[in-house]
Amino acid sequence: MLVEALALSAVLFTIGVIGVLTRRNAIIIFMCVELMLNAVNLSFVALSTLHGATGQVFVVFTMTVAAAEAAVGLAIIIAIFRHTQTVNLQNINILKG
Amino acid sequence: MMIPAMTPEGAHPLATTVARLVWLLPLLPLLGFLINGTLAMLGVAKVGPADPSAGHDEHAHAAHTGGHDDHAHHAPTRHKFAGIVSLIGPGVLIAAFGLAVACFLAMRGVEMEHPYIVTLYQWMPVGDLNLAATFQLDQLSMVMVLVVTGVGTLIHVFSVGYMQEDPGYPRYFAYLNLFIFFMLILVLGGNYPLLFVGWEGVGLCSYLLIGFWFSEKANADAGKKAFIVNRIGDFGFLVAMFLMFANLGALDFGNVAAKAAELPMGGVMATTICLFLFLGCAGKSAQIPLYVWLPDAMAGPTPVSALIHAATMVTAGVYLIARSATLFSMAPTAQLVVALVGGLTAFFAATIGLKQWDIKKVLAYSTVSQLGYMFVAVGVGAYVAGIFHLVTHAFFKALLFLGSGSVIYAMHAAYHATHKHDDAQDMRNMGGLRKFMPVTFYLMWIATLAIAGIPFFSGFFSKDEILGSVFARAHGSTLADASLLGVPGGTILMLIYGLGLASALMTAIYMTRMMLYTFHGPNRTGEAERPHLAEAPWIMTGPLVVLGALSLVGGWLNVPALLGAIGPVGVLDHWLEPVVGEAALRTTLGAAPHMTHETELMLVGVAIAIATAGIAFAVWRLKPAALVAKKDAVAPQGIDRILENKYFVDEGYDKGIVQPTLDVSRVVLWKGLDTGIIDGLFVNGSALLARAIGWMGSQLQTGQVGTYAWVLLIGVITLLGAFTFR
Repeated sequence: MLVEALALSAVLFTIGVIGVLTRRNAIIIFMCVELMLNAVNLSFVALSTLHGATGQVFVVFTMTVAAAEAAVGLAIIIAIFRHTQTVNLQNINILKG
Repeated sequence: MMIPAMTPEGAHPLATTVARLVWLLPLLPLLGFLINGTLAMLGVAKVGPADPSAGHDEHAHAAHTGGHDDHAHHAPTRHKFAGIVSLIGPGVLIAAFGLAVACFLAMRGVEMEHPYIVTLYQWMPVGDLNLAATFQLDQLSMVMVLVVTGVGTLIHVFSVGYMQEDPGYPRYFAYLNLFIFFMLILVLGGNYPLLFVGWEGVGLCSYLLIGFWFSEKANADAGKKAFIVNRIGDFGFLVAMFLMFANLGALDFGNVAAKAAELPMGGVMATTICLFLFLGCAGKSAQIPLYVWLPDAMAGPTPVSALIHAATMVTAGVYLIARSATLFSMAPTAQLVVALVGGLTAFFAATIGLKQWDIKKVLAYSTVSQLGYMFVAVGVGAYVAGIFHLVTHAFFKALLFLGSGSVIYAMHAAYHATHKHDDAQDMRNMGGLRKFMPVTFYLMWIATLAIAGIPFFSGFFSKDEILGSVFARAHGSTLADASLLGVPGGTILMLIYGLGLASALMTAIYMTRMMLYTFHGPNRTGEAERPHLAEAPWIMTGPLVVLGALSLVGGWLNVPALLGAIGPVGVLDHWLEPVVGEAALRTTLGAAPHMTHETELMLVGVAIAIATAGIAFAVWRLKPAALVAKKDAVAPQGIDRILENKYFVDEGYDKGIVQPTLDVSRVVLWKGLDTGIIDGLFVNGSALLARAIGWMGSQLQTGQVGTYAWVLLIGVITLLGAFTFR
């Protein structure tokens, strides 16, 4: 059971990474980041059968942080959209030095 | 200045005599320097030296008519402190001379086996090098101290008359006192580095006094030339000291001599050290190839020429070699080099002296020539003869220079009175001065006969002793056994003897020529100036009289055995025996050089014949009556032209050394190294490099979040890989 759970976690994480790297839409990237977070959560839960409840407690923390992050992240995306009328990240490079 | 601590040498017999005050000797002139220097600075507010406008009385100027340029023509302005300076300047010297005489008398009263060494303080205690500031008083330094303070005193007194109306009067005496201070450090220093301090100090004073009237470029240039040429010699001196410390492990005279005596005879190390030392001497004492600065040094005031550039400083090289006698006696090849260079210099300078018109230039080349004689003497290991000639030369050459100063003073005063501007030093403008300045005339003839080597004048004894020593060492000495570039030493010594004789002949000729043109024949100054020609005041002629007397009797310091009838034999020989005797004996293979009575008589006869022949030739050949004033003179031709232009050596040095150095400095050092490498590569280059790296870094910052994410991922994978597969 553990092996399958970890494998699923790895697959989900990889999908998330590929999504972050390849997609340009800020919303999709944002969702992919959530996917990576939850892939990690999954492995935490799976591994808690071996290492005790610490992993499960961590998951609660992660979800809390993820919720806060989602709030801030979405707010930023909305602000960017208001500013540039797009959420395509290729058009947004104001961080360029 | 600190009071010297009691030293272990306290047991020395001199320690209970006045000689324990030896540290006071240099202190006195230093005190004079400080006072005069302060006065010079207090009074400096408005005047510069011989500045055409300095000290110039505007009213007097307005009263003059005609288009004179005002150069060197200002109303007599005395410095406001002239009075007190005239007291202090010569005063400290008189005190120092008095003390020196007291020390001398104290020395005569005790049996001295070892030099008396006073340790002032620890100077450089660094690792193996443990140098103390010590004064060494022995027979050799005593002779030098007496000459320096004695002749120095006379020249200081003379200067009071000669320089009194110069606006830089206190500055002049400050420099002169400082010079005496350093000269005494030089001759009293108990080790080579302290001697070197004095050596550099007198060089500095020489520079300051040559360029005393520095507002004229030629004078300032002459000062710089002297300074730079001397640095070449100092390089040699420094290298010699480094070698001494590295190979002998000592720098004080006693230990260096002791260690040097253990070196292999004629070994490479002794020879190298001696040759480097001699390079230093050649610079300071104006020997080939570094003699060029001395004739130019005549740009300074004439008493300076007498004191520094004839009587004392330039003989420092002779003193240094006599001081290093043991070292030199271990290196016959180096001795041959010294003697040969001395002989060539004596000859070479004498030929130039034959055709100079400037009275001081004649004397300058004569000085170079006589210094050559001294180096011949110390070169062949006849140290006493060298020091003897140093002393007599100090007398008669100081007299000649001061006499020429008196002549120039009179000429200048006459030109000044009539507002004429002509060369006051050119003999073609003089002539017939015997009528106007009889005292100077007679005294200068005494000096001339002395330098020419006429019997019983001082120069006769010393020059004869030198030539005799060279002749005697051609057989049965380490020098005769050594060789130089394959030529046996005996041959070289005979060559040097020949050069010495030829120089003696020319010395007699050029000195007679100078006297004839200056004092005999018709007067060429001009009708208007003639009534203004007059003898210098007593304060200037007084020292001349003393020097004249010394030039007359100086020879009795060291009467040869041959002439034992006229006085005590070999006083100086005996006096200096503890210092240089051993080294001199080593050169002559342990026995005093012996010549048969006949040979000795023949040598003396030849010397006398040559001196007389030179004077007679000059009197017969030269026609002062036919001489024309400088402005009417025609350019010389042929050999005359070469001699008058000093073999074009200065021009050659300029083309061969000075200009290439300047070119290399300009192209390689300035344009190439400084502008190119330092400025271009290091300063601007490093700035450019920082900018390039910054630019490359900035190119990474695309602002694309995707790129950053890729970089992040690659980094994570790399790190994970590194940790997993290490």
